[in-house]
Formats: sequence, C-alpha cells, structure tokens
Amino acid sequence: MALIVNHIDKSFKLTRALNQVDFEVKDGELFGLIGPDGAGKSSLFRIIASLLIPDSGSCSVNGFDVVSQYRDVRKIIGYMPGRFSLYMDLSVEENLAFYARVFGTTIKENYDLIRDVYQQIEPFKKRLAGRLSGGMKQKLALSCALIHRPDVLILDEPTTGVDAVSRREFWDMLKKIQGEGITIIVSTPYMDEAEMCDRVALIQKGTILSITNPSEMGAGDVPLYALRSDRGVYAHLDKIRQMEECRSAWLFGDELHVTLNSAVDVTAVSSAIDGWNDPSIRLTSITPSIEDRFMGLMKEEK
Amino acid sequence: MTDDPDHIIEVKELVKKFGSFVANDRLSFHVNRGEIFGFLGANGAGKTTTIRILCGLSYPTSGEIRVAGHDVYHEREKIKRKIGYMSQKFSLYEDLTVSENIRLYAGIYRLNRKQINQREEQLLERLGLLPIKNRLIRDIPLGWKQKLAFSVAIFHKPDIVFLDEPTGGVDPITRRQFWEMIHDATLEGITVFVTTHYMDEAEYCDRVSIMVDGRIEALDKPAVLKKEFDSKNMNEVFLKLARN
Repeated sequence: MALIVNHIDKSFKLTRALNQVDFEVKDGELFGLIGPDGAGKSSLFRIIASLLIPDSGSCSVNGFDVVSQYRDVRKIIGYMPGRFSLYMDLSVEENLAFYARVFGTTIKENYDLIRDVYQQIEPFKKRLAGRLSGGMKQKLALSCALIHRPDVLILDEPTTGVDAVSRREFWDMLKKIQGEGITIIVSTPYMDEAEMCDRVALIQKGTILSITNPSEMGAGDVPLYALRSDRGVYAHLDKIRQMEECRSAWLFGDELHVTLNSAVDVTAVSSAIDGWNDPSIRLTSITPSIEDRFMGLMKEEK
Repeated sequence: MTDDPDHIIEVKELVKKFGSFVANDRLSFHVNRGEIFGFLGANGAGKTTTIRILCGLSYPTSGEIRVAGHDVYHEREKIKRKIGYMSQKFSLYEDLTVSENIRLYAGIYRLNRKQINQREEQLLERLGLLPIKNRLIRDIPLGWKQKLAFSVAIFHKPDIVFLDEPTGGVDPITRRQFWEMIHDATLEGITVFVTTHYMDEAEYCDRVSIMVDGRIEALDKPAVLKKEFDSKNMNEVFLKLARN
C-alpha cells in the first residue's frame, strides 16, 4: 500500500479538523480527496507529508510511519502545498536546481519526468518565481515536487482558482505522471474533477462521507430526477420544493435536480408539473453525479 | 454616446494597456438593468482589469465607459456609492466580529444609527447568524462568511453588485443557496455582474460573456451560446473558445 491512514483524529483548539479518518491508497493509484474549504483536506495532507502530528491514529507512506520515520517519508514523497511556497526571489531555474540538490539529484537526471510540465515554463527560466503568473507558478511547483522522482506525489488543491481550460490541462499532466508509476494523492473542491480519479474520498467537516469509484457510480439510494424546461428552470424551483413528495430540489446547471421521498411519487409529481403551463417541461430519471452524491450525503449528516 | 436607460453598464471600445501589454483590447458590451451578467474567461484573460475599471479603481487607457449613469473618468466617487463589491479573497475583516463587520460597512455606506440597528437585526435574523453575531469572522465557516459578505455588499441597495469568484471553495449546497440569494437580489432590482470558474454557474446567468486574451469572444444567453457552439453545456462552450 502506498498510503495507509489509520483512524486519524486531529483537533485545533475547539475545532475538530479530522475525525476518525481511515482509508488506504494503492500503489500507482490516482486518488482524489474531494470536499469544500474547511473540510480538513490540508490538515490531512500535512499529516501525510509528516509536517503535522495527529492527536491519535497512525499513518504510513510506503510502509514508513509518518511520525517515527519521517525522514524516510520525506525522501519518497513530493508535496505541493495549497499555497505557493517556492522561493520568490530565486529564478525558475534556481528553484528547480535547489530542490534537485536538496534531494541529492540533478535536473538532468530526472528531466524526462518533468519535461512535459517544465517545457511550458522553460522559456522563462531566468525569471524570478515571484514574477510568474498563477498558472506558471503552479507548473513550477509541480516540477519542483517531481524533480527527485518521488514514489508518492501529494498535491493540495493544485487547481483551486484555476480556469476550466487550465484545469483540464493540469489533469492531463497528472495522468501522464501516473503513467510513470507514481502514486498521486490530490485534493480539490471541484466535484467535476472526481471523474479523473481512480477512486475518490468525499470529505466534509473532517469526516469521510464515502469512498467511491467515479466510473462505477450507479443509481443512488435515493431516486434522482432532472427537471428541464426550455423556458429556464429557476421559476419552478419554489413550486417543486413545496410539493409534499419532494425531498430536495437544487439548481444544477440548466436543470433542477430533484429527489423524491420514494420512487412511486414520480407519477404524482409528473402529473402535477403538467399543470404548470409549461409545455416544454419534462422530468426524467437520472444517474447521480459525484456532486449529487456529495449533496445527498451532506444532508444525511445534518 | 447613446444613453439607453436600460443599460446600467455601457462599455465602448475599452482599451487598457500596461506598458506594451494590452490587457483589454477594444471591449464593447453593455449590461442590462436587473440582469445577472456572467463575466467569464481564463486566468489572465483580463477580467480583473475590466472589473477594476468598472468599479472606479483604475483608469482605462481609452474608451467610453459609463456605470450606473456615471462616467468612469470623472465621476468615480459617484460610481462607488452606487455599487457593491465582494470577492473570494477579500470580503470581510477577519479580526472583527460578524456584528462589527455589518456595522462597519453600514457606516461606510452612510446609513444612520437607526437604520444600522434595524438592518443589522434583519440581516442576522435572515441569515440565521443571530446566535453567532459576536464571533470573529475568522472563526466562522467559509460558506456563512460568503453569504454574509454578499448581504453586506448589497446592504446599501446598490444599483449593481460586482461578485468576483464569490463561490470558490464553497460546498455544493451552500454554493447553490448563494445563487438563490443572487436571484433574490435581482428581484429587488439589483444588477449582478459575476465571475466564476464553476461552469454550471454560468447557466444561472441571464447572459454570459467569455473573454479570451483581452477580447470578448462570445456574449449571449447560455442557451444561445450552447446552440452556436454545438455544446451540451457551458463547460464545453468555454473549452472550445478558450482553447483556440
């Protein structure tokens, strides 16, 4: 196992940051940790990276305990924190050379691994890191985290605040790195990125709600329906919520996603919406996405 | 310049240069009174530059721009009184309490003591924040913070509110509640100018513009854009435009 997280608890003063967090990541897996800000993702990653000690529970990376064998752990991981933390007053090239030397290697030795990422910023290699754009900083940070060819790459919210195009490109890069046999553990607040992972853990308020394989997402426990209309769905939101049969209704792109108290209710709801004077309105049964699943689990938790 | 009273924002040939770099390249568009206007674009496309100009925080290099009926070159202070602004990064003072933040902003917008007391009470009640009104902002969850920040940004009933990535990192339910608040604000006649990286949120806008390299490459209703670019959702539209 590349990573074993065993019943970890962590509190900061009054806040319970992590609550009995327990999961494993297999060798070579691309594992996602998905949840909003404040869910505990960064605390968990800091524990895995041996930078924070859990209150209880244990954690090991490739068999090395993150507390007692932290020196070994640090040699085999690459860690990219959420906040850009390279040297702003060193150039792109100097930063990369520095990280290579710290790990006893050279840029040349592992250039193959970082080529795809680094080539995009290489034209600016003399520029100070502090003067790079957000996207370029991200690529430099990834290059630095990879330069010693780690066994396990830990990326804390690499795509937060990044536009949809750059996010897609970043995930393409991750897939290639995974292809080199490197295990990747990555966190994100964007639910749609779940489908790029082999498995994902959904996390909220320090608790793992569920661990799933995004490609095997079947129908949920609660039947889910999409309400569509050519006239826009917002006007229908309140009406559907007021129906007795409705458990929840939320905006979802150009649809409303509706859960009902039971599958038999759909007949009643369908005939009711026929009376709403909107000939383009239709209600269809759909398979839940990761985001639907997440929202369902959040509600149960309350 | 034609002054269409329904155009709360009117931008003609806006150019903004930083040295030789052209951040905004002859932008022309308008925002209708009362609509939700989505202002999308890749990182570095020039969105923030435009927003800063529209808010009266930066001068354009050239172009004719009016916001809430005022000229951005000579009437910036008048503009500032008619707009609200919130961003993901900075919205409230972390080291002040919920209540203190509300009172501070109300004071800045020149509400009198009586109005402040009354509206503070209403707001806390509506957001369910009464029990934690004396808690520091840094100690409350991001979702609550962003809902409060939005309420504060429209506290003085501005003509337009500018929202710069207001839902970044917010959980999926709170994110949707936030958009319901945006819809409610439009019912009170407030125009909403919003940026986001969540493409499902682009669907909630009346009209959306997509900026690429300093230029507006597309601007229309989401349904029209999806048809035009033969895409099933706004994410595809965005990828098609911004990748080329």
